Amino acid sequence: MELVVTDLACARGGVPVLEGVDFTLVAGQALMLRGPNGIGKTTLLRTLAGLQPPLAGSVSAPTESIAYAAHADGLKATLTVTENLTFWARIFGQTDIAPAIEAFDLADLAGRPAQNLSAGQKRRLGLARLLVTGRPIWMLDEPTVSLDAASVAQFGRAVARHLDRGGAALIATHIDLGFEAGVLDVSAFRARPRRIDSFDEAFA
Amino acid sequence: MIALLQRDLKLAIRAGGGFGLGLAFFLIVVVLVPFGVGSDSGLLAAIAPGILWVGALLACLLSLDRIFALDHEDGSLDLLATAPIPLEGAVAMKAAAHWVTTGLPLTLAAPGLGLLLNLPASGYGWLAASLALGTPALSMIGSFGAALTVGLKRGGLLLSLLVLPLYVPTLIFGAEAVARGIDGRDTGTPLLMLAAITLAATALLPFAAAAAIRINLR
Repeated sequence: MELVVTDLACARGGVPVLEGVDFTLVAGQALMLRGPNGIGKTTLLRTLAGLQPPLAGSVSAPTESIAYAAHADGLKATLTVTENLTFWARIFGQTDIAPAIEAFDLADLAGRPAQNLSAGQKRRLGLARLLVTGRPIWMLDEPTVSLDAASVAQFGRAVARHLDRGGAALIATHIDLGFEAGVLDVSAFRARPRRIDSFDEAFA
Repeated sequence: MIALLQRDLKLAIRAGGGFGLGLAFFLIVVVLVPFGVGSDSGLLAAIAPGILWVGALLACLLSLDRIFALDHEDGSLDLLATAPIPLEGAVAMKAAAHWVTTGLPLTLAAPGLGLLLNLPASGYGWLAASLALGTPALSMIGSFGAALTVGLKRGGLLLSLLVLPLYVPTLIFGAEAVARGIDGRDTGTPLLMLAAITLAATALLPFAAAAAIRINLR
């Protein structure tokens, strides 16, 4: 699965933040998105995941091949770890959640409601969700927030395994995850200030 | 999509899910009315169809803002929008879950509460029938309103203002069907109109609601 992004421009709140974004992500490769806060890493990931339309440019991979993980984990507080994972697995047409439980060491927590998990445990559950999507391209937005060192290593191994199986990953992060990865510095694509003529205020 | 329906039902009956809240509200409204208008049983019987329908409508409104707001807060809505199930289907399922947890209990409880308002005996069947036909439209129209206000903080009041005018036709035909049933007149027209509103809302509004959600997620 190859992701080719050509001359992509995206906006946040009606203001263009990035333009001319060009990169290629091939199977087995991971790319780290770097850049200062507010540069548009999240906006780029949301645009690629299909949550907002690009202003210009094209993305080669269909949004059906992309699994997106945002700052929020999409967990229901009153459902248990197993119920949360099973729900997402069924939504994505998968049946087996055992590998995801194992990869993020959630077996001991399986019967606990998500509201009783710590922030780091919730994050692990949120990341385990990626494994039950069965999608080849992972788009991760700050995946290591609130993870301890051991969990970061665990997450690094999960991503490395995903890459070995022909997956790809685009990760916005500021820390080293312990595997070979290219770096894409988003600040190079910062949009120049300009007037937008067709700005629809109602939908800003 | 069945998974989504099952999850929403499960969430509704777990702690803090709000199941039964609408029903309790309905009960209280109906109990309060005789205190307000007095115990004249003739008067109560005359206003019973209208009061029961208005009560059901307000009870339905109570839980509308939860349909999408909670999923938006915890990020589930973003993930559902990128999931393989169509967002239109997700909207329809969430509206269905809302109906099963509010509209259906209201329909089942309404005849019992009709007793408190001295609803004439001939009206009970029509009350249940009109609610069964009309409440799905309330859930469907409500989820459209909830989709429009999904990104707003404390959008609940705005949601009520948006949705209540859209509930007017359902209310008119619903109360009319019960009133006609009590008088022994023909109830065919209002019941058919109720069914038409429900079918049209179910056919069209998932698309409108999904479009509104996509815009709100940008």
